Amino acid sequence: MDAEITLHVDGAEHRLTVDTRTTLLDALREHLEIISPKKGCDHGQCGACTVLLDGRRANSCLALAVAHDGTEIVTAGGLAENGDLHPMQRSFIEHDGFQCGYCTPGQIVSAVGMLEEVRAGWPSHVTEDLNVEEIVLDDDEIRERMSGNLCRCAAYANIVPAIREGSER
Amino acid sequence: MKPYSYQRAEDVDGAVAALVEQPNAKFLAGGTNLVDLMKLGVEEPDALVDVRRLTSDHVEDLDDGGLRIGAAVPNSVLAADRKIRTRYPALSQALLAGASGQLRNLATTGGNLLQRTRCVYWQDVTTPCNKREPGSGCSAIEGHNKNHAILGASEHCVATHPSDMAVAMYALDAFVVVHGPDGERRFPIEELHRLPGDEPQRDTTLEHGELITAVDLPPLDLAANSKYRKVRERASYAFALVSVAAALDVEDGVVRDVRIALGGVAHKPWRATKAEEALRGEPANEANFHAAADIELEDAQPLRDNAFKIPLARNIIARTLLDLSEER
Ligand SMILES: Cc1cc2nc3c(=O)[nH]c(=O)nc-3n(C[C@H](O)[C@H](O)[C@H](O)COP(=O)(O)OP(=O)(O)OC[C@H]3O[C@@H](n4cnc5c(N)ncnc54)[C@H](O)[C@@H]3O)c2cc1C
Ligand code: SF4
Ligand code: FES
Ligand code: FES
Repeated sequence: MDAEITLHVDGAEHRLTVDTRTTLLDALREHLEIISPKKGCDHGQCGACTVLLDGRRANSCLALAVAHDGTEIVTAGGLAENGDLHPMQRSFIEHDGFQCGYCTPGQIVSAVGMLEEVRAGWPSHVTEDLNVEEIVLDDDEIRERMSGNLCRCAAYANIVPAIREGSER
Repeated sequence: MKPYSYQRAEDVDGAVAALVEQPNAKFLAGGTNLVDLMKLGVEEPDALVDVRRLTSDHVEDLDDGGLRIGAAVPNSVLAADRKIRTRYPALSQALLAGASGQLRNLATTGGNLLQRTRCVYWQDVTTPCNKREPGSGCSAIEGHNKNHAILGASEHCVATHPSDMAVAMYALDAFVVVHGPDGERRFPIEELHRLPGDEPQRDTTLEHGELITAVDLPPLDLAANSKYRKVRERASYAFALVSVAAALDVEDGVVRDVRIALGGVAHKPWRATKAEEALRGEPANEANFHAAADIELEDAQPLRDNAFKIPLARNIIARTLLDLSEER
């Protein structure tokens, strides 16, 4: 069954007709040819498909496109402003925070969404004091908060410093 | 994936009516479990009724001093809620120990409670499974059953309930608010999930068309001294092997009141009432905590691969209670 929906992606509005079974990830990649979100597992297990939905990071492979009609979506491809890379993107390049690069767009969008959660004072599983006012984003916090993004190349040793520094910019 | 229709109901009554009209329709919330299972061919609804924008996405104060959590509150938002963090910390901790940052943003309170088991045979349509296909047999009983139940299982199904959040809600005496064809009902969360018995296809006591609209947390002083501990195979982003949620009130070294629930051990979050009874009025010390855990686990029946869960459960019950008695 088909449905007509509108998606706002990286600042542009798109009207499209999708089968109700289409995930947001497939709508972006196959219908709109926005390919920075990657398909790793298609089951919520790897984070390669991470995008921001109305400002919050989410796995686009488990979100149905019809259910997110009208949503504001930001992909890694839309993080740059006026041709200037986002600080998190620059930090990943400077720290060589990747090998094959397949997980990278998901890592970067996830890191950007994660920083908003830190700013909002959201605790994590490793936050010592649940009632703390301000989160100190140390490496343990980064690892825990980014555990939803797997890297098959295991570039973690550089991803963690890339995010640490990207968060300070 | 089998084709299905998608609709967004106008309101709660409309969503309930839509399901009543369509026997093979399902509610859709965040989709993080349902869409996954539809891709695997395990769930095959004809129609999805999207309820994510229908129920409340707020945590509100109740007149009795408790809190009402709307069914659409995302897991991430609930974990970060200030009142939950201070008054019911075990619930925040349980949520933060589950899934990933991305998934918690999509996952809802209602959907989390009703997520299905992670039994690998249930998720694999090529293997027999009584939960998926009643009467076909249980592949796990004689198969790989490291993640399966040690308590309350039946010869028909040994699956476990995977939710972390629900375990904390069981320990915190939560109530579930449901809207159905016959109106609203509110009942203790322990009555939501079922043991498998001879109907493992039924995870819960809900009837078709019943929509969870909220979860109520009653005012519970000892909940402020509560904790969730989860043991898993990697440090993050993995389901529990065994977990425990506990709340403890100790006065002059004696247990005044206590709540204990276990995850990863049964077809539903397991409220450890026997251990609780054994502890009330007794000195709060490690020996008594271990003894109470032993009483609860007396009936445990391990399978080929999961006998480790018995000492694990015993140790984390005692460790968590010990932590809680020291923190006071
Ligand atoms: C890779 C991965 C790792 C995970 N790890 C963990 C973990 O460690 N711990 C953990 O606890 N969970 C974990 N989860 C599961 C996750 O918590 C659940 O998928 C999520 O909570 C389900 O919520 P949802 O809103 O997405 O539900 P949906 O998928 O939309 O729905 C789930 C079920 O609930 C029904 N439903 C939804 N809302 C209602 C309602 N209001 N009333 C009645 N019925 C309703 C649906 O019909 C469906 O049957 C993991 C999931 C994935 C994919
Ligand atoms: S344990 Fe339950 S869910 Fe798993 S195969 Fe057996 S019947 Fe199916
Ligand atoms: S492709 Fe979505 S989490 Fe792996
Ligand atoms: S860089 Fe190759 S998967 Fe991460």
